[in-house]
Amino acid sequence: MRETTIMVKQSMPDATEIKKLEKKSLVSYIYIGAPVERMQGTYGTKARIQLNDAFATVDDIAQFITTERAARDEKEVPFMTTSIKADKDTRMGIVTDVKQELRKANALKLNYSTRKRVVQE
Amino acid sequence: MARRAKGASEINAGSMADIAFLLLIFFLVTTTMDVDTGLARKLPPMPDEDIQQDDSQILAKNIYVVLVNSSDQLLVEGELMDISQLRAGARAFINNNGRDPELSDNPQKAIISLQNDRGTSYDMYIQVQNELAAAYHELRDARSLNKYGMKFNDLAKDKQKEIRKEYPQKISEAEPKNIGGE
Repeated sequence: MRETTIMVKQSMPDATEIKKLEKKSLVSYIYIGAPVERMQGTYGTKARIQLNDAFATVDDIAQFITTERAARDEKEVPFMTTSIKADKDTRMGIVTDVKQELRKANALKLNYSTRKRVVQE
Repeated sequence: MARRAKGASEINAGSMADIAFLLLIFFLVTTTMDVDTGLARKLPPMPDEDIQQDDSQILAKNIYVVLVNSSDQLLVEGELMDISQLRAGARAFINNNGRDPELSDNPQKAIISLQNDRGTSYDMYIQVQNELAAAYHELRDARSLNKYGMKFNDLAKDKQKEIRKEYPQKISEAEPKNIGGE
């Protein structure tokens, strides 16, 4: 069940080579996309990053990862995964910036959230 | 009057079960359960500033260059390609084993180099990643069927490791360009 209110558009791309995310308690989510319609008046239509319940910038990611790590047991830190939930219309620029920040923060396990593609044969 | 005296009249509760059932269905339908599936990837660690990596050792034929521009077009090894051909193309490259002098020596040496533009759509990026992952998956499946008579996913952990060693997934992502603009 959802714990955060998602304020960015989230229509996921689909893929076939997907894996289920295990141990949800060890997953931190980064949402990327254009703000949803009712927020566009305030926040515009440009793609944004959402961490927890608020909009954030690329610079906030390092802090976010540190907080997420502090909330977990030390032994579990190497198994933590970051799930990028980006809208399919997002441009790669912002996604790359996020990835680069994650590399800097040494949060290397990554999951690009996608839906399962229904294959028609 | 006599009738009422018998006791409080009963509420007709016959439809109670229906209402409860309806509510149950309503909440079942409206509750969103997050389906968390996705492409698992591992980012390369930040390069050490002291150590300069020397890439000149890698032969050009062992690198499969995949470029995606800001209008989501693919350029593979210098030629325009449709996304539907990418899987077969990558498979031929990885599993070449020296047959075609233009392609990789063997799967262990094969590296896929992926570069996109900052204006590439996320959807396209995922499709490309997916096709490349699928190419590796198919090769591993074929190899494990051949060797153990089982699909890769059904193998034991150590056997999976063995196959993974034969077909290591080497996808290198270069820093994106910014030609098309965001």
